[in-house]
Amino acid sequence: MARAAVTPAAAELLVTLTANHGPLLLHQSGGCCDGSSPMCYPRGEFLVGDRDVLLGVLDAADGVPFYIGGQQYEYWAHTHLTIDVVPGRGGGFSLETPEGFRFLTRSRLFTDEESEALEAAGPPPRGAWSPEA
Amino acid sequence: MPTFAQPGQSDAVVSFASRYDNVIGGEYVAPTKGRYFENPSPVTGKTFCEVARSDADDVEKALDAAHAAAPAWGKTAPAERAVILNKIADRMEANLQVLAVAETWDNGKPVRESIAADIPLAIDHFRYFAGCLRAQEGSLSQIDEDTVAYHFHEPLGVVAQIIPWNFPILMAVWKLAPALAAGNAVILKPAEQTPASIMVWYDLVKDLLPPGVVNIVHGFGTEAGKPLASSNRIAKVAFTGETTTGRLIMQYASQNLIPVTLELGGKSPNIFFEDVLAEHDDYQDKALEGFTMFALNQGEVCTCPSRGLVQQSIFDDFLELAAIRTKAIRQGDPLDTETMIGAQASNDQLEKILSYLDIGKAEGARVVTGGERADLGGHLSGGYFVQPTIFQGTNNMRIFQEEIFGPVVSVTSFTDYDDAIKIANDTLYGLGAGVWSRDGNTAYRAGRDIQAGRVWTNCYHLYPAHAAFGGYKQSGIGRENHKMMLDHYQQTKNLLVSYSPKAMGFF
Repeated sequence: MARAAVTPAAAELLVTLTANHGPLLLHQSGGCCDGSSPMCYPRGEFLVGDRDVLLGVLDAADGVPFYIGGQQYEYWAHTHLTIDVVPGRGGGFSLETPEGFRFLTRSRLFTDEESEALEAAGPPPRGAWSPEA
Repeated sequence: MPTFAQPGQSDAVVSFASRYDNVIGGEYVAPTKGRYFENPSPVTGKTFCEVARSDADDVEKALDAAHAAAPAWGKTAPAERAVILNKIADRMEANLQVLAVAETWDNGKPVRESIAADIPLAIDHFRYFAGCLRAQEGSLSQIDEDTVAYHFHEPLGVVAQIIPWNFPILMAVWKLAPALAAGNAVILKPAEQTPASIMVWYDLVKDLLPPGVVNIVHGFGTEAGKPLASSNRIAKVAFTGETTTGRLIMQYASQNLIPVTLELGGKSPNIFFEDVLAEHDDYQDKALEGFTMFALNQGEVCTCPSRGLVQQSIFDDFLELAAIRTKAIRQGDPLDTETMIGAQASNDQLEKILSYLDIGKAEGARVVTGGERADLGGHLSGGYFVQPTIFQGTNNMRIFQEEIFGPVVSVTSFTDYDDAIKIANDTLYGLGAGVWSRDGNTAYRAGRDIQAGRVWTNCYHLYPAHAAFGGYKQSGIGRENHKMMLDHYQQTKNLLVSYSPKAMGFF
């Protein structure tokens, strides 16, 4: 049972960005302005902390890990997140903005069955994901 | 008051250039690679100018110019710098409508807010820091009869400032005025969503500033913001934005061992105790307006009172009155001075707000009013408008916990004082809060118990200079809007001086 997914359009953009910038990661932001939006960086550019939660490795390019801050996760845990993309302009230092796009996090509630499956699977992993692991 | 003509029309008070370059060393300088990006107005969704798409080479040129200017600027007499700040304020005041309409066209906010708030506050900010600078004193400490410690304020040198798009001119001025007063040269990176109005400002004041003291580098965060924030040639970086970018900027700063100030937003509670409805009077009217402040600037304010906490005993009555007040908000052409709420600043911002309206409904929150995109028709049908929205729900819902940055308030009830404080503090953030009570003791205690840097008490959304503004918890580091900002842009030089002719006796 996955906590996160990616739309075909967003996956396609992640493939393009990977070709231009190398392996990527996404980190869900919070707070002001461009907050509540996901940020996309070259993997290794952003220091993933030990308390960051790995929501999933998105099925795009060679796999794109998607994280959220540990405390923020507590408030988001009951929702399934899908990385989508919309036409947009700007957003922090996120890589897609020069392309005229902005990643967007769409959310839905987990169903009861999904919640039970997630409960059974235990807490999600924390800290940096590595493709070799 | 009439509707202002759209910029570009013959009777408009402001006309934009078709293209904006960077400002480097007092000159307009084209980006090295010759690339530009299109800048649409959120009012119509149509492009009205193009703006320099800079990269690391342009940042280096700006750093060269700033470093060339900083030593002389830092040694100017405080009186001289204060005069320049005051002259900038005077120039802005003489062109208030020009700046206000430019701001509205670039950002989408109603012009009555730009005229009555954004630009007057920005003008006052320059005057405030001109005054602070004149009044600033160093200190001396008498260590003993023959030994004195002198403390001087010295500028940091060259500082980087990354500006958000919600108050493009005012937020730039909040950072520029103290940095310039303190004697620093600045490299400003405007938000790529709203890059044009600051260029109208610069064009008005450029003859007042020595070349290289204010440099403006446009472009995308990843191409221009990153080389600026990660440069080892800046002495400080100031950023207003969100948490993930805030972490990245701290990470860059840690590699250069330089300070940061961060303002990262919030999810501000606005608490209404039961006595607000005790009388049907001016105070009640003011409290209801205070609730409706969630729609100010289309909700695109870091301190948007986006969580309404209303005491159970008055909940239904209060919500009914609040809904009436909210439905009376006049949405329309931002250039019409009667318009109270304008357009969201960008398409992606609009999409994000709509995604939150979806999750709010999916989580079972009740839509009291609003809840949809607004199509205003005519020339505004391409604009990014959202209906002012009240949700009723519970504090564990996503719409209560994340900044939507739109005209959306999520309302819940509390039983008593302790419950109010518990809900108010159940958030990652701590930037702003509002407390409404006719009982001064209750209001005071609540203000002290809420974990937030600014607690408006029987008021909301006032931003006067001389009242410190900044966050607790994950809302940031440092303060703005107060003379203490001079310290954020200065370092302390201590001269420890002996006036004794005698050796110490160790060797």
